[in-house]
Amino acid sequence: MNLLLLIILFPLLCTLLAFAKGPQLSRLSFAASLVPLIFTFIALGSFVPDASTQFLVDYAWIDNFGIRFKLGMDGISMMLVLLTNLLIPIIILASSKHPYKKPGAFYALIFFMQSGLLLVFTALDAFLFYVGWEAALIPIYFICAIWGGENRIRVNLKFFIYTIAGSLIMLIAIIFLHLQTPDNSYDIQSFYALNLPANIQGWIFCAFFLAFAIKMPVFPFHTWQPDTYTEAPTAGTMLLSGIMLKMGIYGVIRWLIPVAPLGFAEWGQTALILSITGIIYASIIAFTQKDIKRLVAYSSIAHVGLIAAGIFAWNVQGVQGAMIQMLNHGINVIGMFFVLDIIIRRLNTRQIESMGGIAKVAPGLAICFLIVLLGTVALPLTNGFIGEFLLLIGVYNYNIWYSAIAGLTIIFGAVYMLRMYQQVMLGQLNERTETFQDIDGTEKTVLVIICVLVIFIGVYPQPLLHISEAAVSNLIEQVNQKILVK
Amino acid sequence: MSALITLSVLAIVVLYLGLFKAKNALLPVTLVGLAVVLGLAVREWNSNAAPIYSSMMLFDNFAVAFTAICVFSTMLILLISKDYFERISEHVAEYYAIILFALTGILVMVSYHNLSMLFIGIEIMSVSLYILAGIRKKSYSSNEAALKYFLMGAFSTGFLLFGITLLYGATGSFDIAVIKNYVISNPTHISPLFYSGLLLLIVGLCFKVGVAPFHFWAPDVYEGSPSLISVFMMTVVKTAGFAAFLRIFLFCFAPLHDFWMMPLMVITILTLFIGNISALYQHSFKRMLAFSSVSHAGYMLFAIVALGSASINAVILYATAYSVASIIAFAVLILVKRQMGSDNYESFNGLGRKNPFMAFALTVAMLSLAGIPLTAGFIGKFMMFSSALSEYHVSLVVLAVINAVIGIFYYLRVVVSMYFKDSDQHVVQSTPIFSFVLAFSAIVTIVLGVYPGLISNLF
Repeated sequence: MNLLLLIILFPLLCTLLAFAKGPQLSRLSFAASLVPLIFTFIALGSFVPDASTQFLVDYAWIDNFGIRFKLGMDGISMMLVLLTNLLIPIIILASSKHPYKKPGAFYALIFFMQSGLLLVFTALDAFLFYVGWEAALIPIYFICAIWGGENRIRVNLKFFIYTIAGSLIMLIAIIFLHLQTPDNSYDIQSFYALNLPANIQGWIFCAFFLAFAIKMPVFPFHTWQPDTYTEAPTAGTMLLSGIMLKMGIYGVIRWLIPVAPLGFAEWGQTALILSITGIIYASIIAFTQKDIKRLVAYSSIAHVGLIAAGIFAWNVQGVQGAMIQMLNHGINVIGMFFVLDIIIRRLNTRQIESMGGIAKVAPGLAICFLIVLLGTVALPLTNGFIGEFLLLIGVYNYNIWYSAIAGLTIIFGAVYMLRMYQQVMLGQLNERTETFQDIDGTEKTVLVIICVLVIFIGVYPQPLLHISEAAVSNLIEQVNQKILVK
Repeated sequence: MSALITLSVLAIVVLYLGLFKAKNALLPVTLVGLAVVLGLAVREWNSNAAPIYSSMMLFDNFAVAFTAICVFSTMLILLISKDYFERISEHVAEYYAIILFALTGILVMVSYHNLSMLFIGIEIMSVSLYILAGIRKKSYSSNEAALKYFLMGAFSTGFLLFGITLLYGATGSFDIAVIKNYVISNPTHISPLFYSGLLLLIVGLCFKVGVAPFHFWAPDVYEGSPSLISVFMMTVVKTAGFAAFLRIFLFCFAPLHDFWMMPLMVITILTLFIGNISALYQHSFKRMLAFSSVSHAGYMLFAIVALGSASINAVILYATAYSVASIIAFAVLILVKRQMGSDNYESFNGLGRKNPFMAFALTVAMLSLAGIPLTAGFIGKFMMFSSALSEYHVSLVVLAVINAVIGIFYYLRVVVSMYFKDSDQHVVQSTPIFSFVLAFSAIVTIVLGVYPGLISNLF
């Protein structure tokens, strides 16, 4: 059986855990989640890092509409499959201590979402891509709305409506493109081969961009994000910020720009300016946040803005930076939210002002938190550095002024993150934080894994960069040629 | 054709069963009879049918497919009617018999080859439905529903008949083959009578399928009638109405596309917005379904606005998806209303905990109605959007997407109630037959969502 198919179907099988009960459930889920990761490593072993699409799966699905069940991985997909399968076990392990009601359903939804995400990252058929896109949305909606905080219903409805609206617009564009293909297909290569007039490509670009911009989110489509992140249960926040928003970024690289290159030539700069505006805007708002979870939520908008800017610059450094930064951002943001979850659960508050001095009573947490935080603010030798460095070079090659503004994210990020660390971990203990327990058991395991990843990727990113390099330069070359011809 | 005869005989047999007080035999006999009808209908698939009875009827593949959907949905609905009708009245046989008579009319509606048969079919069905709507004799709402339906129905039949007469005046025949020839052979000299007839026919049919601005009867009638009758009207009757609509448009009026397209497009857009926005403001689940049924009629009109060879497939899939999902919704509604005493959204609170299976089935149904992928409803919408886009009605599709988003608001409301709100009430019980219907319908919804090829390329 095809390894890729196995990677996607196995989590689907795991949804049967919904019917399981018992105290061993979280351990069982964790073990199950390791299986796709192991498969991914096996796949990585036989993966040839050139621009070709490997592990091809191709079955007829809905013949009379020209829809095929077609999957495959090139370097770009490989990075995201790795990201998904690496982070899901961490997320499951991190939630194992949580007293979630109905844990079976909880884990089943996570596994269902994993399948949807993997489908998005490997689909070579636009219809399949769309199905995966929505299949990933339904479970996260339920995760956030069942196990979330007080305002969960209203906030999640907004999130759901926002994303569905975006994706339905994308669906129109997909159907439209399909109708233009000479061979009545949804195949990505047929879409690439279309040479539509520039003004139509402009519309296609806008339709796709809307869907992806809402998902990432890019300013000004971000308004659902802080509320949703804040109200979601920790696992939900991790899934949303760690993996789900990468669907949007991946969509830009795989679908938006190559499918509508002339639209990109027309609107690319606008998109880049929006991304950069988002960086500044989110950073400024992050400064003023008193709620610790909201602060990280806004910082995530800023980081994603930089990734988006790197992609819209559309050169090898920018896109390669985006590839590696997607993985890094996933790891860092999950670590960040996990630390916040530990703190919030023990102190029972999200307000920064009622914290302080935790480092004194919890040195283990303080060290791990610091490492994750330094990764987030892109200190050299942490994973964030290499990604943001490449992204900034990418934007620099596009336009030096944009890069100067985008570079502010590192400075801003350092300021509000370190200030937050100082207020939360350092300073005087108060009556709330006096009895703070240091991390133990599973918590320690999770944080140590994350910290090791942060440092390891920071010191030796080359193997990861190598995976996607050929695929990225090939794709960029293709698009640039089309733009030049016109 | 044998299907139609069997069905008529079956209805009379059921009446006699009622006369001889064989109450327990009613449901089995009806179901077995319907299964036979289904079998007889399906046997005529691909039999190269020719018009029969002086070309009054044509039992072609189109007719077979829609007969199958309608009979099948009726069987599902009758399955959940066990001990539903007994609670309403003593004379249970009437229900079964009248539903079967209505179904007979429906079979005529989907297989007519002559406009007079269309009229007769619609009347057989409508008269049965007037009775069914008012069958709860002592209930005000049921009486109101029957009266409204009757008045509006009679009115619309008048339009329909007048339209048919004008078409006759222009072409000299009721036979749709002759009408088709008339349209093809006089492309430039079509009589004004013909155009007026066509418009009146559209108005009459729009009344029957309940699309705006001719929808005013629909929500009240659906709400006032007994729930099982409402679901019959919303699913089987609507499907048949669209089949009748589609049949004549595909066969005769396709060349006049430019003439009727604009009015139908306006009707479609109005229907979508009125149905969806009204559904948004309902507090009762049943009334929400009634308005949402109006909006679904709007989506189905897409197939006619973008008339083409794919239209039949699109309507078949959409109608199946919609019918199955509505049956789930009403099955759960009946159980919840029986045990909680109300059909407001609040009655569904905590259903996810009280009866996870029912809640899951209803969630699948709501997602299907809202058009979320991996459910049949999504494929239905997808086909409708595809066919509209293939005719370059981009603005129409964009408006439809806005409506789909509005739809998600109110479909999710019941999901929100079931899973995210708690109530301290007792458990909501399901019976084995209900569970079977729910499970079966949910499976059909998902299977068609994942593998629509089963019925999406019949034509």
